[in-house]
Amino acid sequence: MNVELFTNQVLSGIATGAIYACMALAVVMIYEAIDHLNFAQGEMAMFSTFIAWQFMQWGVPYWGAFALSVVLSLGAGIAIERTLFRPLGHASILVHIAGFIALFAIINSFAGLIWDFTIKPFPTPFGSTPLFGGVISSHQAGMIAVTLGLLVLLYGFFRFTRVGLAMRAAATLPDSARLVGVNVGWMIALGWGLAAAIGAIAGIMIAPVIFLEPNMMGGVLLYGFVGAVLGGLSSPGGAVAGGFMVGVLENLAGTYIPYVGNELKLPIALAMIILVLVFKPNGLFGRVQVQRV
Amino acid sequence: MACLAASRFNESDNMSTAQDTAPIAAANPATAKSVLNVQLIASLVSLALLLVVPMFMKNFFVFQLTLILSYAIAILSLNILTGASGQFSLGHSAFFAVGAYAAGIMMEHANIPYPIAIPIAGLICFVVGFLFGFPALRLKGVYLALATFALAVAAPPLFKLGTFEHYTGGVQGLLITKPDAPFGLPISQDRFVYYLTLSIALIIYVLSVNLLNSRSGRALMAIRDNEIAASSMGVDLALYKTLAFGVSAGFTGIGGALSAIAVAYVAPDAYTVNFAISLFLGMVIGGVGWLPGSLFGAAFIVLVPNLAEHVSKGLSQAVFGVFVIAVIFLLPNGARQLVYYVYAQAKKLAR
Repeated sequence: MNVELFTNQVLSGIATGAIYACMALAVVMIYEAIDHLNFAQGEMAMFSTFIAWQFMQWGVPYWGAFALSVVLSLGAGIAIERTLFRPLGHASILVHIAGFIALFAIINSFAGLIWDFTIKPFPTPFGSTPLFGGVISSHQAGMIAVTLGLLVLLYGFFRFTRVGLAMRAAATLPDSARLVGVNVGWMIALGWGLAAAIGAIAGIMIAPVIFLEPNMMGGVLLYGFVGAVLGGLSSPGGAVAGGFMVGVLENLAGTYIPYVGNELKLPIALAMIILVLVFKPNGLFGRVQVQRV
Repeated sequence: MACLAASRFNESDNMSTAQDTAPIAAANPATAKSVLNVQLIASLVSLALLLVVPMFMKNFFVFQLTLILSYAIAILSLNILTGASGQFSLGHSAFFAVGAYAAGIMMEHANIPYPIAIPIAGLICFVVGFLFGFPALRLKGVYLALATFALAVAAPPLFKLGTFEHYTGGVQGLLITKPDAPFGLPISQDRFVYYLTLSIALIIYVLSVNLLNSRSGRALMAIRDNEIAASSMGVDLALYKTLAFGVSAGFTGIGGALSAIAVAYVAPDAYTVNFAISLFLGMVIGGVGWLPGSLFGAAFIVLVPNLAEHVSKGLSQAVFGVFVIAVIFLLPNGARQLVYYVYAQAKKLAR
């Protein structure tokens, strides 16, 4: 076995894994808040990225556009929850999923109409000098740093602030949380907002690598889901680790398993993950759910 | 109006099956007979429409109706899986594809006539689904959703794989000869395929209704409502859950085989994740657990995208999304709610 090839593949897997980790983090956030996987999350992130791009076209500097897009996404996430999903209320999960799918179609279509489907380059503040002998670029390193920084921030938010505590309470035991005075409805809306904001950051970080266009998130979101589920949907740290693992697994499968071209990389990664799930049904780092009989 | 219907609905269980009208009616003997009559009349009228209308339509519309029926079969089997046993699948496009390919390969490479190829395709899918049911046993909710989703993602690249290209036709796909009407009947191929699909769909519908009304059906619903309670009453969870997957996949495969014959072509890119999602939407829009809703759901996923295209070319996706949102807001229980509402109004008028 060629050691250099192996390390190179692992490193470039970590670099793509950072993208998935970003998205997985956003997926877990919204799952914590609303208990569903949001299929429209990738499209929301894509739209936020386009907003940042638009601001830059209008002459706003990079970090200004970044901040504006994140704040706007936070508001938009809350607005979507208030107008679309709050009225659905206690309808069955299946109906909510149909709603996500509809949202997906609507956002994708509008982005296509406003900014058309041509591929646009997206700037990066980290430059693109190759690091470690060209294995990953400085942008990818920056992206990994941002993902990890975001994770630390979120950890602090959930662990040490009152709002974070209230959000966790609302997600785990809504009725009890309501009894001790937590406004569960707003906590859910805030969860949507946060997820949209994280999605915006993920989108802005990813866009320089995969370029900006309305369909950019299709594959990324899927990998994000896979990473989140692999790490365990109840654990943000697990989701980030899961995202990195998916990136590495995918790269190694493509390199070492014969007949695996680009087309089959994804199915193989998915098959491995199902295998993991069969043995650890709550993901690698997830809480085991205990059911009371 | 929708609110009225919704409040009526929330009293009863969201996920009950079509058959639950029968026990309710039985509890109230005065209305029992009329409920049965109305249901019977409604089904006979729709059957008559399905039989007669295609005679007066252009071939293209007949073809579209055939597609709707074959999708309805797939949605019906999704309903058996989700509505009855409470398992979730975003991967039925894969079973549909396996059925389509199995029928296509048998008909084109082995010269097996379609009346034999279609049931064998169903059988193959039954086995595939049954086997997939085993890993699915360990997974619940989103984890199961992801596993089935993986199935849907994996199917098209597998069918494109060079190794099987001789049989599957690889990226190009496989052409299928449309069967002629037997006994020299003077109807076009499209019409014949339509009536073939209709009769198979009817058989599958009757089988499914009987399945859900049987001991096995009650076992499935017990699993859906509470697994632990069901197993303590002696329901074999593993057996029934895998069987539900198998039966559902088998029927879906037959739907796939019929659609392949109708289109006269199978190609890997027809069975992507998007198709799996369409089937899922069809189930929700028809009403989860209500078998006749499958027809409404199938009509929705075939016709509404066309309609949306007419409304606005550039925003057709968005228009489709708005339609879906409108339906789930007005009718969170799907077409079932609409039909029950109309029926309740009709009863008021009759009184």
